[in-house]
Amino acid sequence: MKVAYWPGCVSRGFTPELHGSMAKVAPLLDLELIELDRACCTGAGVIAEHNQELADTLNARTFALAQRTDGAMMMNICSTCQGAQSECQERLDANTDYRRHINENLADEGLTYEKGLTNKNFLWMLVEEIGLDTLKSKVRRPLTNLKVGPFYGCYIVRPVHRLHIDAEHPRDRYMHMVIEALGGTVIDYAGVYKCCGFPIITMNKQASLKMTGRHVGDAIDAHADCLVVPCPLCHLNLDLQQPGAAKEVGRELGLPVLHLPQLVGLALGLSPKELGMSKHVVRPTSVIDWSSSVVAGAPA
Amino acid sequence: MPEYLLKIRRFDPKSGKAAYWDEHSIELGEKQSVLDAILKVRDEVDGSVGIRCSCQQAICGSCGVRMNGKPGLACNTHLDDAAARAHGAGWTPPASGEPPVIEVEPMGNMPVIRDLIVDMDAVHWKKIQRVTPYLVNKQPIPEREYIVPMESMVDITQTMACIQCGACVSDCLSMEIDPLFIGPAALAKAYRFAGDPRDADHQERLQDLSDDPHGIYDCTHCFNCIDACPKEVAPMSQIMRLRRKAGSDHKIVDPNNGHRHEDAFVTLVRDYGLLNEAELLPRSYGGNSWFGKFHPAAGKELMSSLGTVVTGVMRGKMSPKIALLGHKLPKSDLAALKKLYARIEGRSQRVELNLYISGYEDDPEPSSGEGVKSASTESETS
Repeated sequence: MKVAYWPGCVSRGFTPELHGSMAKVAPLLDLELIELDRACCTGAGVIAEHNQELADTLNARTFALAQRTDGAMMMNICSTCQGAQSECQERLDANTDYRRHINENLADEGLTYEKGLTNKNFLWMLVEEIGLDTLKSKVRRPLTNLKVGPFYGCYIVRPVHRLHIDAEHPRDRYMHMVIEALGGTVIDYAGVYKCCGFPIITMNKQASLKMTGRHVGDAIDAHADCLVVPCPLCHLNLDLQQPGAAKEVGRELGLPVLHLPQLVGLALGLSPKELGMSKHVVRPTSVIDWSSSVVAGAPA
Repeated sequence: MPEYLLKIRRFDPKSGKAAYWDEHSIELGEKQSVLDAILKVRDEVDGSVGIRCSCQQAICGSCGVRMNGKPGLACNTHLDDAAARAHGAGWTPPASGEPPVIEVEPMGNMPVIRDLIVDMDAVHWKKIQRVTPYLVNKQPIPEREYIVPMESMVDITQTMACIQCGACVSDCLSMEIDPLFIGPAALAKAYRFAGDPRDADHQERLQDLSDDPHGIYDCTHCFNCIDACPKEVAPMSQIMRLRRKAGSDHKIVDPNNGHRHEDAFVTLVRDYGLLNEAELLPRSYGGNSWFGKFHPAAGKELMSSLGTVVTGVMRGKMSPKIALLGHKLPKSDLAALKKLYARIEGRSQRVELNLYISGYEDDPEPSSGEGVKSASTESETS
């Protein structure tokens, strides 16, 4: 399947292992990624907070660029991007006059956004497009005995109405379902749907790191071997800032945090090194030890 | 009639005993409310169940509770909707054959007085009082009435819909960590007056809320308050409006790096197309220019984060090139972005669409019942 692919900024900046691992995993899932290399930052909600029309225009530009490709839909690997884009798309799709107004801004570049783009985070793609049965059939190294704590964060589980989460599309259970399909054990803990604290790290560092420290600590107490995140910004707080968070909450932490494509890649038989796991601040030793104890074999 | 397993969280702080789950099997229609089920238990089984309620039609705002981990009014939550959401675990269909479980707990972030009754005075009302929740008349007071533009009153109708139930306060993730955070309900109330053209204190209000170290810039964008609100007030959106008014209209630069962070973010996307993380942090602390990194505040933050930065570079999280120069879009795209910025930022009035007011085109009825469907764009200035 061919998709217009929006990797976001941070996956090509401070979490290069995310973009890298997605590139390795895509062909194994028969995903052809057409990278939107002319598109700009989604604004992560901050540009919308500054000027709504500006954020809506910048994202409409990205949507229009995606609609120019021959991809079946648009895919992202950052839940903050998903949330910011969904917010803008909701306004653009809800009102013809407003959409026309925004498209006038894009006219100089000859771009137009047509209502109704499908834009899915990689997590949603796994369940809704690729399918859990297909995913299962591609597993070469089942995550047996690996206890994984899903960390959804905020932007791909709320608001429920905007993100079309309902009984038919239980998108707030997808990470649980993917971990199980890959053969792993889901660890439920208090922080599954909480905020990593990243958005306020420059405004209130103490509160931000406390959030991170508390969620990581809760997952450790629930005996998780690692966390998995669908968002590179959550990863920055949960991994890069974890040593600082440990000081803030006054306890030892040291829990590896994997990006979603890394977890999928491990199960599909890729090595931790290929998936960029050496770039993590919290060394994913327990996960690497586990992976070397399981020989990747033929698909089940 | 379907059967439900109703589990009520019981607790009496005066008893010296721990909280416990009080379980009752209930037969009620799936479109009856969670409050109906609680009152059935109280009326027929145990008269000591503590619940605060009055109107039973989502007007008085007194029956706020958590149902299967989700905050809301017990009186306007159907039993089947409450049951569809397993506690803290997203959408989960009940196991076949077993009656669906509904766990009812008191709201969070507030002390429990007894069972499902929380101390609203200790948290919610104290915070409401914090934001001067009344109109400070603009002088001179007109002889008859104030004449105000229709659109500015429409702009604050969303916050006027608040019924003070505290559901948003219950699950505010920022307040959970930092109890001093002013919080969603009070900040939504603050916008009700900061956005009212008859109020004399816009500047003072916005300065105060920006300067408070637990004020408008401490919201984490977690959207919990938006999902919690039974009246679609969207407190988080009101907090973003307060930031927009404070920073863009009143040019308030707060001591919490909030406005500098926003300013730097917006500028960096204009100049680079992509977020340049290495520039964003020093500019948020030191000021929005390339020289921001040489400001003492930026230097101090860099020193305190040195360990994190060094570890990141050592592990190859950031290449020296990205760290120093950032990543950029091609020149032709940057030129296009600059033109878009100039066009939009150069407008005398910001163009905004509030879906609460305009509704959705595909909806049979506008969502707010305001019927302002054709008024597609709403403008606002200071």
